[in-house]
Amino acid sequence: MPANPVVRLLREPRWSPYLVGAMLGILSWITFATMDKALGTSTTMVRAAGGAERLIAPDHVQSEPYFVKYLGTAQDPKPVFEWQFALVIFLAVGAFIAARLSGKVRAEHVPDLWQQRFGPSKGLRYIAALLGGVILIIGARMAGGCTSGHGLSGGMQLSTSGWIFMAAMFAGGVPTAALLYRGLSDKGGAS
Amino acid sequence: MNAWFADPTTLLLGALTGLVFGFLLHKGGVTSFNVIVNQFRFKDFTVLKVMLTAIFVGGIGIYGMRAVGMDVALHVKGTALLANTLGGLIFGIGMVLLGYCPGTAIAAIGAGSRHAIVGVVGMLLGAAVYAEMYPWLQANILGVGNLGKVTIPEQVHISPFLLLIPLGVGAAIAFPRLKSSGRASSS
Repeated sequence: MPANPVVRLLREPRWSPYLVGAMLGILSWITFATMDKALGTSTTMVRAAGGAERLIAPDHVQSEPYFVKYLGTAQDPKPVFEWQFALVIFLAVGAFIAARLSGKVRAEHVPDLWQQRFGPSKGLRYIAALLGGVILIIGARMAGGCTSGHGLSGGMQLSTSGWIFMAAMFAGGVPTAALLYRGLSDKGGAS
Repeated sequence: MNAWFADPTTLLLGALTGLVFGFLLHKGGVTSFNVIVNQFRFKDFTVLKVMLTAIFVGGIGIYGMRAVGMDVALHVKGTALLANTLGGLIFGIGMVLLGYCPGTAIAAIGAGSRHAIVGVVGMLLGAAVYAEMYPWLQANILGVGNLGKVTIPEQVHISPFLLLIPLGVGAAIAFPRLKSSGRASSS
C-alpha cells in the first residue's frame, strides 16, 4: 500500500456515502456559481434520440414539438452536443477511472441480486434492462427530470417538483421491488 | 447556432463536471445494481445517504452564497402536480427493473456493467417514444396542477435554512441507525 494518504483514498473501492454526498453538494456549488448550470442527465437522452432520428428523418423530427423544444428548428437550431451531453459522456469516463484505480474493471452481465432471483440468463436480464430503460425515461420526461435533475439539483434547491418527484419515485419503486424480489431471503443480494 | 456542437468551453466544462460526477457516483457505490435495488427493498440505505447529504450540503452552499449577496441563479424546474407524480411513479418502476437511474446507468457502463448499456439503449428508444406521445400528454396531462417554478420555502414563506437545517439534523440522527453496504466486493 502506498503511504500517501491521498493515493490510498483514491485507490479505496468505496468511499463513505457522506463524503461522496458532500462532494456532490460541493460540485453543485461550483456548477451553479461558475457555470450557471445544475446537474442533470435525462434531457441528454432526448437530444441523443432526436439527433439520431434527425439523421434518418429530419422532416419528422421537425414535426415533433418535443424535439423542436430541445433541438430547435432547421432555421434556428440548438446544439445536440451541449454542456449536459458532455457531462453524460464523461460520467462513464469518471466512473471508469474510479473503478480502475481500485483494481481491474470486471464486466457485469447479470448482477448478483438479479441472478439469485431470476437465474443466470443474460437474455432475461437484458430484456428487463431494455424495458426498464424505456419505462424510466418516459417517466423522467413526463416528470421533467430524473434522479439528478429533480432529485439532487431540485432537492437541494428545495423545489416543490423535486420533492414530489422523489416521493413518487419511491412510491413507484418500493412496491415494484417488493413484487419482483418477493420471497428472496433477507441474506439475499447483500450489496 | 450550430445544430450539433456547443462552443468548446461549454463542452469542456460539461466534460469536467461529468468526470467528477461519475468518479463520485462510483466511489459512492451507486453504480451498483445491487445497491440501488436494495435501497428500494430498504436493505441498503447508501442511495439515500448519498442523496440527502448532497441535498443538505448543496442546499446550504447555494442558498448561503445567495444570502451573502453572490450572483448565483437558481435553476428550479416547474411544478406540475400530475406530471411530477405520475412521471415519478413510472420512473420508480423503471428504475427498479433496470437497477439504475439515467446518470448511474451511464456511470455503471464505465465501471463494467454490460446490462446498463442495454438499459441506455432502452432510454434512447423511450425518449423517441415520449416525443411521439408528447402532443397528447401536453393536451391532457402536463398542464394539470401547474404551479410554475416554485420552491417549498417560497410556498410556505419560510427561510430555506429552516428547512435544510432540520433535514440535516434529522439525517444525522437517522442515518447512523440505517445500514448501508460497506466496501463492495462486486461493483
